[in-house]
Amino acid sequence: MIEFHDKSIIELYVNGDLKTVAARPADTLLFILRESLGLTGTKNSCGNGDCNSCTVLLDGWPVKSCLMLAVEAVGHEITTIEGLQDVPMQKAFVEKSAIQCGYCTPGMIINSHALTTIYPDASDEIIEEWLESNICRCTGYKEICEAVKSVINM
Amino acid sequence: MITFDFDYYRPDTIEEAINVYKKITGQEKKAIYYAGGTEIVSMSRVNQLSFDSVIDIKAIPECNVIETKDDKLIIGSAVCLTRICDFGGYPLLGAVCRRIAEHTARDMITLGGNILGKIQYKEAILPLLLTDSKVTVAGTAGKSEKPIDRIFNEKPLLNAGELLVNIIIDKKYINNPYSHSKKTKQEKIDYPLVTIASVKNDDEIRIGFSGLCVYPFRLDIIFGNIDNTNPESEINNILNRVPAPIVNDILGSAEYREFVTRNLLIDLFNYYGGMN
Amino acid sequence: MESRLAIGKNVIRVDAHDKAAGRTKYNSDVTDPSLLHCKMIVSQYAHANIKSIDTSEAMTAPGVQRVITGEIAQGILTGTFVEDRPPLAIGKVRYHGEPIAVVIANTELEAKRGAELVKIEYEPLPVLNSPSDSMKPNAFLVHENLANYRKMKECTPQPGTNIANNVRIRKGDMIKGWEESEVIVEEYLYLPQADHIALETRSVKAEIKPDGNIIIHSSTQGPYIIRKKLSRHFNIDTGKITVHTPMVGGAFGGKAAVQLEMIAYLASKAVGGREVILINTREEDMISSPCRIGLEASVKLGATKDGKIKAAQITYLVDCGAYSDMGAVMTKSIASDCTGPYNIENVYCDSLCVYTNHPYVTSFRGFGHSEYTAAIERTIDKLAKALNMDKIQLRLKNIAIPGDTTPTCSTLTKSNIGDLKKCLETLKVKLKWEEGEKVDINKDTVKCKGISCFWKTSSTPPNAASGAIITFSPDGFAHLSIGAVELGQGTKTAMAQILAERLKVDIKRVKVSMEINTSDNPEHWKTVASSTTYMVGNAVIEAADDVICQIKDISAIVLRCSPKDLEVSGGKVFLIDNPEKWIDITEVVHGYKYPNGNSIGGQIIGRGSFIMKHLSGMDENTGRGNPGPLWTVGAQGVEVLFNKKEYSYKIINAVSVIDAGTIINPIVASGVTMGGMSMGLSLASREAFIYDNNGIILNPNLRSYKPIRVDEEPEYIIEFIETPEVDGPFGARGLGEHGLVGMPAALINCLSTAAEKDLNRFPLTPELIWKTK
Repeated sequence: MIEFHDKSIIELYVNGDLKTVAARPADTLLFILRESLGLTGTKNSCGNGDCNSCTVLLDGWPVKSCLMLAVEAVGHEITTIEGLQDVPMQKAFVEKSAIQCGYCTPGMIINSHALTTIYPDASDEIIEEWLESNICRCTGYKEICEAVKSVINM
Repeated sequence: MITFDFDYYRPDTIEEAINVYKKITGQEKKAIYYAGGTEIVSMSRVNQLSFDSVIDIKAIPECNVIETKDDKLIIGSAVCLTRICDFGGYPLLGAVCRRIAEHTARDMITLGGNILGKIQYKEAILPLLLTDSKVTVAGTAGKSEKPIDRIFNEKPLLNAGELLVNIIIDKKYINNPYSHSKKTKQEKIDYPLVTIASVKNDDEIRIGFSGLCVYPFRLDIIFGNIDNTNPESEINNILNRVPAPIVNDILGSAEYREFVTRNLLIDLFNYYGGMN
Repeated sequence: MESRLAIGKNVIRVDAHDKAAGRTKYNSDVTDPSLLHCKMIVSQYAHANIKSIDTSEAMTAPGVQRVITGEIAQGILTGTFVEDRPPLAIGKVRYHGEPIAVVIANTELEAKRGAELVKIEYEPLPVLNSPSDSMKPNAFLVHENLANYRKMKECTPQPGTNIANNVRIRKGDMIKGWEESEVIVEEYLYLPQADHIALETRSVKAEIKPDGNIIIHSSTQGPYIIRKKLSRHFNIDTGKITVHTPMVGGAFGGKAAVQLEMIAYLASKAVGGREVILINTREEDMISSPCRIGLEASVKLGATKDGKIKAAQITYLVDCGAYSDMGAVMTKSIASDCTGPYNIENVYCDSLCVYTNHPYVTSFRGFGHSEYTAAIERTIDKLAKALNMDKIQLRLKNIAIPGDTTPTCSTLTKSNIGDLKKCLETLKVKLKWEEGEKVDINKDTVKCKGISCFWKTSSTPPNAASGAIITFSPDGFAHLSIGAVELGQGTKTAMAQILAERLKVDIKRVKVSMEINTSDNPEHWKTVASSTTYMVGNAVIEAADDVICQIKDISAIVLRCSPKDLEVSGGKVFLIDNPEKWIDITEVVHGYKYPNGNSIGGQIIGRGSFIMKHLSGMDENTGRGNPGPLWTVGAQGVEVLFNKKEYSYKIINAVSVIDAGTIINPIVASGVTMGGMSMGLSLASREAFIYDNNGIILNPNLRSYKPIRVDEEPEYIIEFIETPEVDGPFGARGLGEHGLVGMPAALINCLSTAAEKDLNRFPLTPELIWKTK
């Protein structure tokens, strides 16, 4: 049984590195990623699981880091936007003009990247089902969908 | 940010979970079982919940199974809704789960959490209520199997320390005709104004409602009683049997919820009527 | 047209790569352990006397440095037209969410824990829950001291009432107008407050240095306005204040307000000037910080039988919430364009800024135009019905064209107004208007179309100004320093394109300052009003011309010719009549060195500036004046599948045809326009603050306040008509807000047709349509 009491040292496997940080069991993964590990690419927007700006991958699946405790992630592989190095989805977002203010972008790219990794031939329905998790306030989502589809059609 | 502190336990077995619960509560402290965490974290950050320890059940193998065994479909309480949708073993359950929250949230929300949490909708319980599902509950006295309505009837009925291990669905219902419809205020991604799930079993139609009242419930009707030329009387009968006041809130007024429900029931009658 | 290098090209945004990599730093992306953290305590009531604030327990909590309350800024009232708002409430709260106190602690956790220990005793007071309630003769006063507040001279608050500003338009002769009117229609429309929901919530860092210099880092659209406001309210020299603004994660007008900056400044002051950070939670960002106006509109139009509108009588009650701030300014902007883009000779409009016990408001994409446009366009549709006339035909008959005058009697010219006729005619084709407004699809479903026209001018202060400075790296890259903030609208890219075009260089050799530092970057009034391309763009052109002139002067000496014999292009300076003879600009931009070491010239530094011309305030009695340099016009439409049984609908197509002059970057322009359209449809169909009877907001988070998601989006069709604006950079007009402006109007018109009901409230939920008689 894994257990943590009070503020303790935990090990998180983030973007391929084992990181040691002090965390309270009550600290969210989002807070620890940003404040303790300086991985500010993961964004806080609603803090309530509603907008997906804080999405990271846990063992390859998108999760909302604002609703996950950092201690829950112990023993799992975490990928943040900083862990994606020039993957096709990032290029597609740039080329399709799918970025405006950029604040939803990390969560959007992380989610889209996971989608195309898990479902390389995703149908339009699956794309929509995944992307409806993320709120973008700048675009009409059209260029974002185009970016995702362009990766699927590669 | 959650301002209060708590301890975190991630037991590997049911016994460890039960024992640690007992140990914590023995110290006059409050422990809660924790699975997806979405509700617990979002309520805790605004101090709508408080506790001294969470016991994360996601590492317990029995709580994580999703499998068909003989004539049963078994789903662990910590299985997330995405897995249930992707597993596809019970189409109605998959359809209902697919309309709960949104995809990333469904990667986190678990079956056990949805049906035992504070959330009033508990849409995932509807297919379970309709199929007289059973549950495995573990406690200090060991594991036992109970009908689903013994752990939820208007409200969760588990005793302190009892852990919902899994849900057991009898496969005999799985291929029955079914329907599912969810109506919201405006969004696809929202809590329901009304969600209706139904299963036809011989001459009986079992209908589960979520959103109409502050808790989900099941009503059965006799298929033969439906007169498609005059559905109103049977709809009125159903509405008369609704066990609690119709909800009136920011998602919709009670009058509008009733209007939506009537439309849904007409659709439902037409759907089953068309099968004859 | 001459062939262009950068203008009109789909240049990849200069900020895109960093954003895609998650490497862009926004204001709150800091992890400095020396920062002190602020946590606000905000009002639980919409209107209440504060009987006591007990901070004793919080003060002794671990890590807490100070707790400040309104007393710390006793006597300081802030605002834009009327100074009515204390930075922290004193004695009374006037809206749910109003900041009351701030805990300053070593960590975010300790600040939040401290805030939980502050005890406030309230004495609840009755609330004013709508502008019309506030206008009732027996309504209590939200501000008893209105008569004593400082105000700007262009604002006319009415002490003894809840009216913070009263703007009058009196154009033509109403008696004559009604006499000539054979058909008269009236409409009332209600539009609730809503919120910007920029995904990045507002945040500020503030520090007072030992030498008295003030350093602010803010997620803002108006770094230079912050400097002015802090100076005004706290009596600090502007020269001692530096405001830094990095990339901003969406703003939509909401970050033009100055609120948290003052609170953070006070917090820093309370802890000996140490650097503090204040970050809004989503809930605070929605209700504590300012939101979008609400509007109650009454419109009466009179027309001849053949559809010529002769008279318009309009009352706009702007729900500015508890404090007037930009609400009072928008009241004026709404008045100045109050009829929409129609030539109406006789206009009587009262545009009133009305206090309520709602959150106070600030600018929102469209600056009041999308709100009033819904009322005007709804009435125009009603008029078309009354006249039994085609809705496009009626609009074409009345649209404002060069030679006409606006409600403020500004004369429209070929240059200052775009070609709305062409917009409408294009819309007609793109929306397939000829198919019919309403077509039955099956027993339950109809397909319906709805349209709207709009116009918008900038409503800038008459002396709004911008600047630009150009320097060069040794290898000849042009570095452009400007004061315009990147909010997502692509302004940095547009400015790079303008500079590349003018210098005739590859855009890759142009670098724009991404972050703003008000002490280093030349001032730009505010990054609002879709006026940045116009204003800063003109400054950039002037700076580029200055650079070219200096390069030619030095090169002329080197090449032994007159500067007028030279041309600068592609990073070279060459003789126009003998292009074989040239030097590279790298040889001159940092001074030219002769083979023997003698040097001339020195660094080339280009400067450019721009100031609005011929603008004026509005006359207090008639509204006469000139509110902006140009009008962007457009025609928009939607197509909806409406379910008659369920009263639900699916928007299938949305069309915008906008005359924005020359388009600098088509892909960005169309993306920003689409974003505006999407936001407009979202507001119209689902977004609103929901209040209970006590003025408490019941949906202050994104679980219950639901911006549109991908699955609800229609197909977007966007067309630009490019009538060049003579004074605009390369002929560009404003563009940014406009996609939004006509969308709510088009949707309410469309659904009114579809449901055969006179819809007059937002948001257009199925329940609302069901309920409307």
